Amino acid sequence: MHLALFIIFAVLCVTGALNLLLQRHPINSALSLIVVMSSLAVLYLLLGAEFLAAAQVIVYSGAIMVLFTFVIMLLNAGKEERTHGSKLAYVAGFPGAAALLGLLAFIFISRRGEFGQARLGDYVATTGDLSRVLFRDLLLPFEVTSVLILIAILGAVALARKEH
Amino acid sequence: MVPIAYYLVLSAILFSIGVAAFLIKRNIITVFMSIELMLNAVNLAFIAFSRQWSQITGQLQVNGQIFVFFVMVVAAAEAAVGLAIIIAIFRARNTLNVDQVDLMKL
Amino acid sequence: MNSDLHLWLIPLVPFAGFLVNGLVGRKLPKALVTTIALVASLVPALQVAAIVTKFGSLTLPYLENHGAWIAAGSFHADFAFQLDQLTLVMLCIVTGVGFLIHVYSVGYMAEEQGYWRFFAYMNLFLFFMLTLVLAENFLLMFVGWEGVGLASYLLIGFYYTRVSAAKAGMKAFVVNRIGDFGFLIAMFLLVAHFGSLSFSEVFSQIGAHPEWQSGFLTAIALFLVLGATGKSAQIPLYVWLPDAMEGPTPVSALIHAATMVTAGVYMVARTHVIFDRSPLALAVVATIGVATAFFAATIGILQTDIKRVLAYSTISQLGYMFLGCGVAAYSAGIFHLVTHAFFKALLFLAAGSVIHSLSGEQDMRAMGGLRKKIPITFWTMTAAVLAISGIPPFAGFVSKDEILYQAFLSPNGGKIFWAVGLLTAGLTAFYMFRLWYMTFFGERREPLASHEEDLAPVHARSDTKLVLEADPHAHPVHESPWVMLGPLVILAILSVIGGFMGWPEALGGSNWFGRFLEPVVAAAHPTSAGGGNNSLELILALTSVAVAAIGWLFAHILYYAKPGLPARMAENLRVVYTLVKNKYWVDEIYGALIVAPVLFIARWLLGVLIDRVVIDGGTLTAGYTAQGFGALIARIQSGNIRSYAGWLALFAAALLAISYFGWTTHFYLQ
Repeated sequence: MHLALFIIFAVLCVTGALNLLLQRHPINSALSLIVVMSSLAVLYLLLGAEFLAAAQVIVYSGAIMVLFTFVIMLLNAGKEERTHGSKLAYVAGFPGAAALLGLLAFIFISRRGEFGQARLGDYVATTGDLSRVLFRDLLLPFEVTSVLILIAILGAVALARKEH
Repeated sequence: MVPIAYYLVLSAILFSIGVAAFLIKRNIITVFMSIELMLNAVNLAFIAFSRQWSQITGQLQVNGQIFVFFVMVVAAAEAAVGLAIIIAIFRARNTLNVDQVDLMKL
Repeated sequence: MNSDLHLWLIPLVPFAGFLVNGLVGRKLPKALVTTIALVASLVPALQVAAIVTKFGSLTLPYLENHGAWIAAGSFHADFAFQLDQLTLVMLCIVTGVGFLIHVYSVGYMAEEQGYWRFFAYMNLFLFFMLTLVLAENFLLMFVGWEGVGLASYLLIGFYYTRVSAAKAGMKAFVVNRIGDFGFLIAMFLLVAHFGSLSFSEVFSQIGAHPEWQSGFLTAIALFLVLGATGKSAQIPLYVWLPDAMEGPTPVSALIHAATMVTAGVYMVARTHVIFDRSPLALAVVATIGVATAFFAATIGILQTDIKRVLAYSTISQLGYMFLGCGVAAYSAGIFHLVTHAFFKALLFLAAGSVIHSLSGEQDMRAMGGLRKKIPITFWTMTAAVLAISGIPPFAGFVSKDEILYQAFLSPNGGKIFWAVGLLTAGLTAFYMFRLWYMTFFGERREPLASHEEDLAPVHARSDTKLVLEADPHAHPVHESPWVMLGPLVILAILSVIGGFMGWPEALGGSNWFGRFLEPVVAAAHPTSAGGGNNSLELILALTSVAVAAIGWLFAHILYYAKPGLPARMAENLRVVYTLVKNKYWVDEIYGALIVAPVLFIARWLLGVLIDRVVIDGGTLTAGYTAQGFGALIARIQSGNIRSYAGWLALFAAALLAISYFGWTTHFYLQ
């Protein structure tokens, strides 16, 4: 049964990703990305990462993608034009991406015995477990991250401000 | 009972699609979104590995998930700043086409 | 035990003078330049004089070694100087006559722009010539050899704004180079056979092997002869000397009369040990010498430029010196070198004085009647003319006669050498007195309206200091200042009494000079064996005096008594006249046979084909290739984000593959 769950949401992910690729209007791509992220949240749950599943929905789908949508609206992004910028992107990029995929797939599949199986319910990481590590061992990176966010806010404001 | 390798393969697929989208799309915002897709794929891989590690050592290992946490934070910050930059570029160039933003000078 | 003579100081003081005058002379006041130059040439003269006084107490040869120059395996060449009788003779000539000419130049070059440059070059010349003479090995001598060639080039082309002067300088240098090539080959052969270039080593090795005759020694000697013909202007490399008259007259006096051109003769005398073992080489030397002497004399009788006559005369007299050496009478050749230095330098300097007093006129056809107007110049020049013509008891008579006597005694055709030499002596007297009459006697002739009729490249005015056009009355004819006349007088005295040094026994003297040089140049040479006696020498001497007198008589008739005669003779002997007047067209022949092909090869074959096509083409191609590649690779930096992403994806995949599969193709598969 878990396998069925996995397969459904995995297919949803891949479909959303392909849709992002194939759609012309950025808003459609954004909405597909939201689908991907939400499906990923489910997959995280299947792997036992409760907190992260929630965070994924709240932060990624809820904040970041909304931000994207706002910007698309603000800039009035329309359908994509067809311009030819780089032949290389097609010539070298596609084979590159394909090679990447092939390689990774090959590695993972050839060693799948080492990875084992995941069963829902085992090794669930609660919020408490995460916070124990986060606020004790990794306190400094945590605080630094908050500074990072502060800087990001300042930077975003400064960059996006209208010049008078 | 899902083999963890499947998660990893899924992550690889999502990553490759992200790369392909990055290469194909001409709208800056869409390119940015493909970057987010790639980041998410990588997050999935981290969590899968953290699960695998837990299974190997027999104890709960959360370091992979901590990593994902930080990735999310940084991705958020990066998304904010990146979109601000896109707005600034739009104001200067009046275009969202990646191919037309090929000079360093604005 | 030898006291320390500091031989190294002798060449170095003039070199210091060259450095000072050459580097800062332009900014110094003229008096300072003069002082430096004169001091730089006087100090060596004084040092040589001091050596002369000490000479008796020295053990000879005196050697001074200043350290190794080249030390390569078993071969080494040192900065080594030597002093023996031959060196001392040459030193006296170079420093003594050199100093006198420096003094003369102070007056002659007084109004030149390049005054400091002139003296710098003259001092440089002294440095190199003294090195040549003092050298103890072939390599150091070659340094001096080349160096005097360089100084000669610089001084011939002193008036560098004149094309003819520049060309003459180049011609001198290039022709000398051909001779130098011979010298170089000789040096290579010496190293190959003897493993050393030091005189003492080579000569002692030869001395230790009396069975070495001819063969490779002939080869070495012949190449040395090639070098000597270049430097001493003998056939076939004499063509540079007449053109070298483009230089200022003191230069002609010092370099092309007294010292540089005698380097070849000195070299033959110095290396006589080699020549003594090769009768063939000696015969070649003698033949070249006597042929050149005669040939040059025939050309000299028809030249109209006063300096040209003297140039051909120099070539001719050098031929005599070569003849002397060629019959193994080295001391006779050197003696003639000494006396020639006196009277030839005097002739040139006096000619310079004449030119100076005529405000630049050099064509003898525009001279005449100067006897009363420039008396001192006249009398000193007369002394020189008498000396060169071989009138006793002047210096030239003794030395020339000695050579002719030794030639007569020499086996293998000595009589022919003597006969040709005798004829040449007659011609010498003829053209020298011709010069004398045309310059000083008769009525002053007008300068020629057009000077182009004289095809000699030396213009009527080779001295740029007075650029007056043919107007001899602009500056009245005046005697030269005493700074110029002083050296003339001294040299005249030497030309008169110089002969007594080597007065032969046959005529009552003791031949001090010959005996002085004997330890150096005497050797077990089969030629010039005895067979002569005093009465033979007396007869031959009288014969040469008679021939000289006949030459004088002809000159007197043609150029004093019956001035219209030469023109009529020229008409009658038109073909011969034209041939000789054009110097047998040797320059033109060389130009067509040698210079033109070489230029063609250089310009077209090497210049265009190899230089432009191959080398330029090659380098340009390399350049363009690099540029092309660069342009290709620069396309990566397009600014296009997507292409960057493409590269990134590609290489990320590659990296991943490499890190997974390892650097080799060893697969970590389970």
